Amino acid sequence: MSLRNAAYIAGAFEHPTRLAPDKTTPQLHAECAAGALADAGLSLADVDGYFCATDAPGFGPISMVDYLGLKVRHTDSTEMGGCTYIQHVAHAAEAIAAGKCKVALITLAGRPRSENVMRFRPGAPESAFEQWVGLTNHTSYGMCAVRHMHEFGTTSEQLAWIKVAASHHAQHNEHAMLPKVVSVEDVLESPMIADPLHRLDCCVTTDGGGALIVVAPEIAKTLNRPMIALRGAGEATKGPSGGLGLDLTVSAAARSGPAAFAEAGVTPADIKYASIYDSFTITVLIQLEDLGFCAKGEGGKFVADGNLISGTGKLPFNTDGGGLCNNHPMFRGGITKVIEAVRQLRGEAHPAVQVPNCDLAVATGIGGSLGARHGAATVILERQS
Amino acid sequence: MSDRKLPAPQPNVETQEFWDAASNGVLKIKRCGDCNQAHYYPRAICPHCGSANTAWIETAGSGEIYSVSVMRRGEGAPFAVAYITLDEGPAMMTNIVADDLDGLAIGQRVELVFTPTEDGAPPVPMFTPRGG
Ligand SMILES: [Zn+2]
Repeated sequence: MSLRNAAYIAGAFEHPTRLAPDKTTPQLHAECAAGALADAGLSLADVDGYFCATDAPGFGPISMVDYLGLKVRHTDSTEMGGCTYIQHVAHAAEAIAAGKCKVALITLAGRPRSENVMRFRPGAPESAFEQWVGLTNHTSYGMCAVRHMHEFGTTSEQLAWIKVAASHHAQHNEHAMLPKVVSVEDVLESPMIADPLHRLDCCVTTDGGGALIVVAPEIAKTLNRPMIALRGAGEATKGPSGGLGLDLTVSAAARSGPAAFAEAGVTPADIKYASIYDSFTITVLIQLEDLGFCAKGEGGKFVADGNLISGTGKLPFNTDGGGLCNNHPMFRGGITKVIEAVRQLRGEAHPAVQVPNCDLAVATGIGGSLGARHGAATVILERQS
Repeated sequence: MSDRKLPAPQPNVETQEFWDAASNGVLKIKRCGDCNQAHYYPRAICPHCGSANTAWIETAGSGEIYSVSVMRRGEGAPFAVAYITLDEGPAMMTNIVADDLDGLAIGQRVELVFTPTEDGAPPVPMFTPRGG
């Protein structure tokens, strides 16, 4: 069985807030759900499948289905960190193909700027051996960057180009957290957070969220929306797994990406637009290599000189400004990656960044800690007439 | 050395021997009697082949830096987070203690130095540049 054309993304909504002191997290989930349903031309009563992850407060779908007032026959609370919602699109398609639901709602929301968010997961088998190390995402991704620089000669200037490209896109996004265009020098002169990552190599922290509606083909045909098909999907996890053969220059996307391209029957050269998870600049560079947009070690050259800027570069990426400049709600950039890919495929991106005739896009992400253990999820999306 | 407060590791039945050895200044890891490969962090079941035939071995407490990133901001900064490739094979995530954190580099030889945590709790295995 293939997931190709098994399901269509009919609704997509990114919450406009970046700071929500006056709302609850469940409320943000509900507002995102309402936004995506309105976008699809559907209502709560149409939803028969619900997907959420650990950003959803309480007892996962048990709490949220009741809070939202849903009546569903299928739930899924798969958790793979920030890329979860990309994976949820594929899992929704699997459920739809299996006849378990026809209208799947996926929500993400959180308020890391407005409330203390618990991020440590007690009881992990690695806890006693790593908690005292004081590993944060900064040093985890920093170690990947240091190793990539050591093996391939990648430079801080090259990494900075990724932020520069994102900022060129964010200037057109009225909701972007950082709408100002920055230069390579701006990135390099920003304070060092964890070697070799500067403050501007990091994504923003935002309150907010998003939602997606994934529907069966026969539902998609009845809706007055462009047909955005899932064409292929892949997922993978990776960790030190006992410490032999550690390679911090390769992510789990080296397996999720090729799996998605194989299922879709297309290659990176066919892709018109790419949503690439951008928790840090290095996250983008490693995924570009792992998905095959360039060879391993060539990512630095690939991203340099504005090659990711829409309109001038060869591979327009994260045209909403991405997590680096626009939005990274609840420390999780997966759903916004899918949302901007849907905008591009529909021709609804900002005119200044819209890719002409954008009929094939990829959305890919990393969840967890790239330098420790992480997951990856990739979807190939296609606009059909 | 930064004044970062280290949380006490919580031993369990799977890892008690590791922490008992640590209290005696020894870094132990596990080796599989079936596939003959070592692993870190220690498990009852070998992550390489699934065998329950795993046994503790004492390491020499030496290795080299695989990668290192110095945290520059926040509580206890600066401090170095690293992977050390042990001479026995496995890489382990740890901290490097050094006066000159800027001088740390991939490939550099390092040796074990246990660092105290909380009173009555086992120390944790960190590393320091050899001869440094
Ligand atoms: Zn074994």
